[in-house]
Amino acid sequence: MSGLLEEMTAKALSLNIPLNVQLDLTYRCNEKCVHCYLDHNDHGEMTTAEIKHLLDEMADAGVFVLTLSGGEIFLRRDFFEILEHARRLMFCVKLKTNAVLIREREAARLRDLNVESIQISIYSHRPEVHDGITLIPGSLKRSVDAIRFLKSQGLKVIIANVLMIRNMQDYPGVRALAAELGVECTLDPTVTPMMDGNRSVLSLGVDPTALREVFRDSALVGDVDEFCAIPDENGGSALDAMPCSAGHSACYVSPYGDVFPCVQFPLPTGNVRKQRFIDIWRHSDQMNDVRSIRVKDLTTCSSCTHAATCTRCPGLAYMEGNMRGPSSQDCEKSFARTGIPSANMLAKKRAGANLVQIRTAAIPAGAIA
Amino acid sequence: MSSIYMARNPRVAARGLGGEMMIMSGRDSTLFTLNKTATILWQSADGETPLDEIVSRKICSEFDVDPKEALQDAESLARELASHEILQVSETPILQRHSGAEKSK
Repeated sequence: MSGLLEEMTAKALSLNIPLNVQLDLTYRCNEKCVHCYLDHNDHGEMTTAEIKHLLDEMADAGVFVLTLSGGEIFLRRDFFEILEHARRLMFCVKLKTNAVLIREREAARLRDLNVESIQISIYSHRPEVHDGITLIPGSLKRSVDAIRFLKSQGLKVIIANVLMIRNMQDYPGVRALAAELGVECTLDPTVTPMMDGNRSVLSLGVDPTALREVFRDSALVGDVDEFCAIPDENGGSALDAMPCSAGHSACYVSPYGDVFPCVQFPLPTGNVRKQRFIDIWRHSDQMNDVRSIRVKDLTTCSSCTHAATCTRCPGLAYMEGNMRGPSSQDCEKSFARTGIPSANMLAKKRAGANLVQIRTAAIPAGAIA
Repeated sequence: MSSIYMARNPRVAARGLGGEMMIMSGRDSTLFTLNKTATILWQSADGETPLDEIVSRKICSEFDVDPKEALQDAESLARELASHEILQVSETPILQRHSGAEKSK
């Protein structure tokens, strides 16, 4: 984060202003990605008028960075009307899309509307792998063509590469493709549980051994020794830190108007169809509960060796059952990085050992013939 | 004295934050913050009101400054903001595509 942005974020925190909001315009999608956490049926999306009104409220609340995402945003027929309204309100607009519906004309309109950046999901440089994940034949070609159209308009494009078992070997190819196209590339090894709590998609994620290899790729992480360094003893200022920006300077709004601390943190805090956005942000008990948490308040994690360096996601922890508890996926990442088990992993191991002892002790003498 | 006209560049992203304007350049996403005086210029840049009138009405009335010096400083600031493509500056009134829609806290 740049110095000025850091300063602005600190100011937003002190003034309790939601500087960043992700607004999903729809959960409908033209791809059927095997790992997707969304229910793609339309259960009553906000209308154009409702979204414009919400954008007015967000501008009044001080929102600066507006990320429009989905589902696939270009499936909304009113997408450009919404985008025009957002830019008229002078939001810094970022888009997340699979770009399948972006051709020359759409790219030119995005340039005219001065969109800050467009993040596009690419799973592999090989059509058989990418299309095998999206389940749409030809989708890689369409997305890559779109990146070329956007680049030709001078727009900033970021390739987002979610890493799973089936595309694990392809991330160097995706990075090479990004370099060839002249765009940035980010890698994300996190598969998110379904919004209804179903965790079966997690089995698609990379295993700890593979993750360990990824974290030791200097082309990806830079200085491997520094990235994988064993953390110092926790304590000091790290324990007073906020776990992340969710609910502090950022939040998420679903296509149905539900407000959550983050897209990956499905704790309902209010609905903009019933309350003003700023009232939910400032006065929701749930939002204020999230806001009150500091690292020192976390059960298990506050005493963990990784407390100061862990990427613990409070939303993933919430989906595991306790927003003040550990996020096992992040425990695995810390372990893959450093080789040091987290406090949560050690506690689970002890609990497992205890269970064995109880079972042994419970067998009555003479029961085994 | 001749004066200039200023209009907000519709390509930027902008938001008020605690009395300051936070502005992101549409050219290269560089982030700027405007101090109180620059914020007054930004908020008054409607493309129609000449700079000398803005300075006289909104700066000299608020700050204890010499009007001539204030106008020189304001013009210099306006041209600097124009060099970053935050403002548009012209010798004649500027027709704006998006008018006065930025929100300020």
